[in-house]
Formats: sequence, structure tokens, C-alpha cells
Amino acid sequence: MSTWLRNNRLPALAALAFTLVTVSVALVFFYAPLDADGLNQKIFYFHVAIALTAYACFAWGGWKALRVLWKRDEDADLESYVAIHQGVIFGALTLVTGSIWARYRWGHWWEWHEDQLVLFLVLFLFYAAYFMLRFSVPAGPRRANLSAVYALFGVALVPVSILAIRLSERFIHPVAFDKGGPNMAGSQFFTFCVSLAAMLTLAATLYHVELAGKRIDVRLRELREALQ
Amino acid sequence: MSAEEKYVAAAYLVIFAVVLAYVVIIALKLQRLERELTELTELARTKQEERRAVAVG
Amino acid sequence: MTYLADVGALARKDLLLEFRARDTLPAMLLFVLSTLVVFHFVLPGDSSELAAKGLLWVAIVFTALLGLSRAFAAEREQGVIDGLVLAPSDRSAIWLGKALSVLAFLVLAELVALPAFALFFGGVDGPMIAGVALADVGIAAVGTLLAAMAAASRARELLLPLLFLPLAIPIIVGGVGTSVTSDPARYVGFLALYDALFAIICWASFEYVVTE
Repeated sequence: MSTWLRNNRLPALAALAFTLVTVSVALVFFYAPLDADGLNQKIFYFHVAIALTAYACFAWGGWKALRVLWKRDEDADLESYVAIHQGVIFGALTLVTGSIWARYRWGHWWEWHEDQLVLFLVLFLFYAAYFMLRFSVPAGPRRANLSAVYALFGVALVPVSILAIRLSERFIHPVAFDKGGPNMAGSQFFTFCVSLAAMLTLAATLYHVELAGKRIDVRLRELREALQ
Repeated sequence: MSAEEKYVAAAYLVIFAVVLAYVVIIALKLQRLERELTELTELARTKQEERRAVAVG
Repeated sequence: MTYLADVGALARKDLLLEFRARDTLPAMLLFVLSTLVVFHFVLPGDSSELAAKGLLWVAIVFTALLGLSRAFAAEREQGVIDGLVLAPSDRSAIWLGKALSVLAFLVLAELVALPAFALFFGGVDGPMIAGVALADVGIAAVGTLLAAMAAASRARELLLPLLFLPLAIPIIVGGVGTSVTSDPARYVGFLALYDALFAIICWASFEYVVTE
């Protein structure tokens, strides 16, 4: 059993992601109790899970970036790039689901006082510039270094931005809004944990799939050069 | 469906759609990779035959 | 000791070049004045004084971008960046020297901008000046490193604002906070924190930005 697992890591991961996502969706709709806010929670389970997964992707990208600079690990540049790509996808999803939730809860498609939404907007802009940077530098160790330094700036930017956004509310929104984040009962917390696990495994699966695709790209290019 | 349920459904649909879009993109990529691989295999085969021709000739 | 001497030499070189060429600094001064005049026309009649103070920071950031886009222009045009990098000094000295000269440009620009702002819109006080000073340090530090990155790319002038603006958002928040709230000390502290954190990161990572 364990040799099969070792040889088929990616399909196994994908199967795990599939199971967790199915289970968590089932839990959200059939198990977790409604709270005072009504259906508000149902979006929230996945919205927060997706947000945390995006953070995890950026953190993983930052870790790989550190390895590029510190250990001169060549593979790490591609891994960092793919991780950040996943982070941007999940970040965009966070913004979209957050916007839907804001529309549901407050009636507008955007709310500046929702710290998390604003933070993700800033991070999205930052990491979108990451791709612009990568596309305008020819491939090679220089691009790897620049991308890695920029990715690490992103990691530093997260806590600073959180602080900045909170500080900005004092002069932008003097009236304090209630955050509307759920205080969760036990069964709700369990559902949330399963959704989080589901999103993380989904991100991991997509990460490995994309990485495999890109590595094959590289090897085919080498093969082509060797043949010509 | 009540208005609330519509929003919840919309959120889940968006997530679903993004993942499926990803699958489509990967499928396209696999197709391209397969095409490239066939091209390169052909290239390798012709090189092999050239080498054999040279060796014999 | 030679580290500081290198830094000083690099900064002095940039300032001398600008003093002789006199292109970047006058452009920055004129730009910031023009922007302030534009703001007069942009603000509706019943806008609060606070709105104008907020807009000052827009002027500061975009004037800084103007100056930063020229930061490595001379080196690039003369093909000198490789020479600097190959020099036996610590690469981070390049960053520090360049950042100090950028800071000097920014301060000179502010020396014109702030009196002009006081004249047009009124209300420049101590905390605001402290905010501007600290913000300039942050802009110089981060902007110099990002300018070096942009210089290495094909898209240069297009890329620098994209890289710079997300990182400038905390600076703007800190700066606006010092100008418009009744609690400026908190924002001054925040700006100092930003400056310290990012100066260290820039200093440590500049080596990787200019080498392979």
C-alpha cells in the first residue's frame, strides 16, 4: 500500500482534496447549524478558508524564495513562482467571495471597512506586479533573484499592511462597524476546520499539477536544444 | 430560492467555476505538451536515421 | 570605515552629477508645484481642509516616482552598473549611497512643496513635517531598490510605479495619519517602524538585486 502511495503521490493528493471538499460542502449544508445571521455563515466558511489558503501559498512562495537566495536552490525559483501563482488565484477568489458576502451582508459589492478585503486588494496588486516583473526580465538567475527578493518583500508587506489598514480606519471611517465575523459554536468550528483542510489540499494539488506541467516544459525545451 | 440562498449559491458557483477553468487550462496544456513531444520524437527519429545513414555510407 | 567612505563617495557622485546636469530636480520641483495647482481645481468648493492634506501625499508619492525613475538612469546610460557591482565594496553600499542621494532630492523637493502647500491650502504643522521626513526615508529606501529592479527589466518606466505603489500604501497611510488625525504620534511611530523594517530588508537584499 505504501509503495503505491509513494509512486502515485499526486493522484493520492488529488483524491484527498476531492474527498475533503465533498465532505466539507456536505458539512456546510447539512451539518452546520444556522446561526443568528442566517445563511451568512455558509459563504463565510469557504471565504475564510480560501483567504487563509492564499496566505499559505504566499508564505510557501516566500519560503521557496528564501531558498533561491540563501541556498541557491535552482528548482526553488519555479516552485516559488507556482506557489505565488496559486496564491494570486486564491487571492482573487477571496476578493470575489468576499465581495459576494459583502453584497449579501451590507448590500454593496465592496466594503472598505472590511480589513481583510482591503488587505487582499493590496496584496493582489502587489503580487500582480510580481508577474509583470517576471515577464519583463529574461529568464535566468537574474530573474530568479529579482523574483525572490520581491516575494520576500511581499511577506514583509503583509503584517505592515494589516497595521496600516487598521490605522487608516481611524481617519477614514470614524464610525466603528461591527465586523460580522462569526463566533463559532463547536460544530461550526469543526465545519470550518474541514473547509480549511479542503482548501489547503486543493491548493496543494493544483500547485503540484502546475509545477509538474512547468517542469515538463523546461525538460522539453532542453530536449529540443539537445536535438538541434 | 430566497435572496440569501442565491448569494450563497453564487459564491459556491464561483469557486466551482474557477476550479473547472483550471482543469480546462491544464487539459489544453497537456495537449500542447503532447504535440511538442510527438514533434521531438520525430526529430529524434530522423536524427537517428541520419546517423545510421552516415555510418553505413 | 571604508564602507561609509564608499557610501559617501557614491552619494556625492550622484549629487554632483545632478548639480551639473540640473534635470531631475527642477523637473521634480515643477511637477510638485503643478500637481498642487491641479489639486486646487480638483477639490470641490466645500471640501474640508483634510481632503487637501490627503492630496498632498498623492503629490509627494508621484513626485518621488518621477525622481526615482531617473535614479539609475545615468548608470544605465553609461553602462556603469556592472562596474559598480564589480567594485570591491559591499554591494549594499551602492544601495545606501543611492538612497541617500534620492533622499536628498526628496527633501529638496519637499522644501518647495511644503511652503507652497501652506500657501495654497494652509495648515502645515510639526507632525506633518515629521511625517513627511519619515515618509521620505521610507520612499528613498524602498524606491531605490525597486528602481534597481526596474532598471534590470525591459519595461523600466512602466514597471517602477507598479512595483512601488503597493509598497507605498503603508507610507501614505502613515503620512496622512500624521497630517489629519488628532493622534499623530501613533502614525509617526508607524512610519518609523516601516522605515526601520524596510531599510533593513533593502540593505540586506540589494546584493541579490544587482547580481546573478
